[in-house]
Amino acid sequence: MADVVLRIFRGTRENGGTVDYQVPVAPGMVVLDALHHVQKHQAPDLAVRWNCKAGRCGSCSAEVNGRPRLTCKTRMDALPQDKPVTILPMKSFPVIKDLVTDVSWNYKVNKSIPAFQARKGTDWKIRQEDIDRVQEFRKCIECFLCQNVCHVLREHNKHEQFGGPRFFVRVAGLEMHPFDGVSRAALLKDQLGIGFCNITKCCTEVCPEEIRITDNAIIPLKERVVDEFYDPVLRLVKRIRGARNET
Amino acid sequence: MNAEFETHEHDVLIIGAGGAGLRAAIEALAQGASVGVVCKSLLGKAHTVMAEGGIAAAMGNVDSADNWRTHFRDTMQGGKFLNNWRMAQIHAQESSERVVELEQWGALFDRTEDGRILQRAFGGHTYKRLCHVGDRTGLEMIRTLQDRGVQMGFDVYMECTITRLLKDGDRIAGAFGYWRENGRFVVFKAKSVVLATGGIGKAWPITSNSWEYTGDGMALAYEVGAELMDMEFVQFHPTGMVWPPGVQGLLVTEAVRGEGGILRNRTGERFMERYDPKRMELSTRDVVARAIFTEVREGRGTEHGGAFLDISHKPAEYVKRKLPSMYHQFLELADVDITKSPMEVGPTCHYMMGGVRVEAETGASTIRGLFAAGEAAAGLHGANRLGGNSLSDLLVFGKRAGLAAAQHAKGQTTTPIDAAQIDQAEREMLAPFEHQTGESPHAVHGDLQQIMQSLVGIYRNEEDLKSALQSIGQLRDRIQNLTIGGSRMFNPGWHLCGDLTSMLTVSEAVTRSAIARRESRGAHSRLDYANLDAQSGKQNNIIVRRGSEMILRQEPIPAMPADLQAILDEGKGAGA
Repeated sequence: MADVVLRIFRGTRENGGTVDYQVPVAPGMVVLDALHHVQKHQAPDLAVRWNCKAGRCGSCSAEVNGRPRLTCKTRMDALPQDKPVTILPMKSFPVIKDLVTDVSWNYKVNKSIPAFQARKGTDWKIRQEDIDRVQEFRKCIECFLCQNVCHVLREHNKHEQFGGPRFFVRVAGLEMHPFDGVSRAALLKDQLGIGFCNITKCCTEVCPEEIRITDNAIIPLKERVVDEFYDPVLRLVKRIRGARNET
Repeated sequence: MNAEFETHEHDVLIIGAGGAGLRAAIEALAQGASVGVVCKSLLGKAHTVMAEGGIAAAMGNVDSADNWRTHFRDTMQGGKFLNNWRMAQIHAQESSERVVELEQWGALFDRTEDGRILQRAFGGHTYKRLCHVGDRTGLEMIRTLQDRGVQMGFDVYMECTITRLLKDGDRIAGAFGYWRENGRFVVFKAKSVVLATGGIGKAWPITSNSWEYTGDGMALAYEVGAELMDMEFVQFHPTGMVWPPGVQGLLVTEAVRGEGGILRNRTGERFMERYDPKRMELSTRDVVARAIFTEVREGRGTEHGGAFLDISHKPAEYVKRKLPSMYHQFLELADVDITKSPMEVGPTCHYMMGGVRVEAETGASTIRGLFAAGEAAAGLHGANRLGGNSLSDLLVFGKRAGLAAAQHAKGQTTTPIDAAQIDQAEREMLAPFEHQTGESPHAVHGDLQQIMQSLVGIYRNEEDLKSALQSIGQLRDRIQNLTIGGSRMFNPGWHLCGDLTSMLTVSEAVTRSAIARRESRGAHSRLDYANLDAQSGKQNNIIVRRGSEMILRQEPIPAMPADLQAILDEGKGAGA
């Protein structure tokens, strides 16, 4: 069977470079299979994250030939075999070792998002057509590929001011729950910095779950923030209502 | 002594962050305990995320005749009456409540026409009982629990592996482990420890389980003297992928059959008619797995050694909506469009019915302060688990173990940690770096997998099992001489050295228990004892450590109370 060369990043954030490994290609092989082959036969200490091997857990993200991919869903036979297959760690997160990056920032952002809280008097009768939309967002497997390609994070390093597409999807999954009783508009505007997103749709392109992140999550959330904070008519109505409530 | 080790202290330490661990953590937090959750992977990646078909709960939303009694009876029948009947009762009674709770925490299940939680059919369940979200129920469940726990404020120690439990006299005092990222050691002091570490599938080469499922919890418990039970019962899920080689063993959800999928052999025959004409494809997993295995062995298998599973007679849009993950999995990994062509499937090592022996009400093991829940614990499923009963198990018994662990912690003071135990744990872990010559852990792992697949698989006999036991003994010697290159920084080869110790312990326990059970029951099929044996059906196999020796003894199953027996008898009357 034909061999292919894998050109894998080895090392840490301070010190590293690519190393070539030759791997025999089997039918239907995916990049993660090839990485496991390297671990088994050539470099047992090659650091790779993986769990389900079925595109379900979102652990094995990397940049394959320059494209952010789940390595468990990237077929070797879909890549040119006559030149090395380059496998690098995700660029937007600090490298720990080899293909493993420090994604802890994502967990920090997640913690700042208030969880679902049901409105009072909810009867829990929900029609399927009312949740089709929100179920799309809940397909997210947290592979963080969208975070990796988002230029606000990748090029501009706005990790402190910007939550990234993954967390807009998460907020959308909560805000559009028919019975959710919490408003996260201020969070979106301030801490998560949704205004930084200029809807280039890079995130949507790489999503392995094919969530239409920009169109279905980010744009409606941007509109929500605008309605809440920048709509002069609504603000006036709110002020009057607020004044009434106070009396 | 160990001043150099990073140390954390909690009332309750939970090992494992799948459904059971997270549900236990939430309950312990609700009791006011300080809770630490340790997991080998990142949070949210545990095997629960892979669960597809649904959560079994007798809500009666689709079939209004359903109730906990029927669910109890189905579970006992599926488990060939070896189940801990009290656990089966609690499980059937409480699972609906646990599902409703998930919904109140934000989980969004698929709906019925009138807006309630939709339920689907599954093998061995009399009624449509599985609450689901397409074929990604586990993802919805783990996200919901994860977010709830994070909001309530547990401390999560991600990518951290526990290699030893620590004891103070006869009670649990904490745990010792390492950070996968940098290889540094870490000590957890805890008044209660909950094991929620899942199963043991990685001891077999063809498995639906990820690298994490190496039987850690069972081995940790065994090492500190806790009892294991029913270890001979390993579930081979009938439908794993068989082609291409890289995806061999990957799960094909039972929901395919639940939604009407049909099994055929190479000749086009719907062979389940010969194995279970009444329930056909929706027979229990042990029966369907043996059926496919037999078809292949007798030369009626597909090109790649499986059976055909076909759902293409259903409208394409329906298949894509109800089984989206399956649709993508086959399209992307096997070039098969399941809306047009059949899938090729075959048995894959999937689930461990046995595990740590626990009290039904609390999940308490036989060691004070040590609890277990979910797949790591034994009892609920008996000789064979019904599909959908795992997710409900995690919720029902995760909650109970979390509650009991928090209550236990309230009566305890923390104890000093014994330096000698830590020194020993450290030495064991560092040995592979000190051996200049030796074997690769991958070589030993590969050999173990071959032994388990060929000698301790779906069909077993005494000769094979004894040969397996001997080979496992030899592997125990070989792991004394493992060697690993590189540093302690994120070194998967080194991690495997530690995991191998657990895998060998559980593999030995499985094999010894399989030898001792001289009958065929549920997932345990003996070629040399092909039938059920009434006497064997009245006892459990118990495994415990005596010094360095693994001891097996048989214990009678306690008699079932009359009211539960009456429920089972009703079923007989109905011809079930």
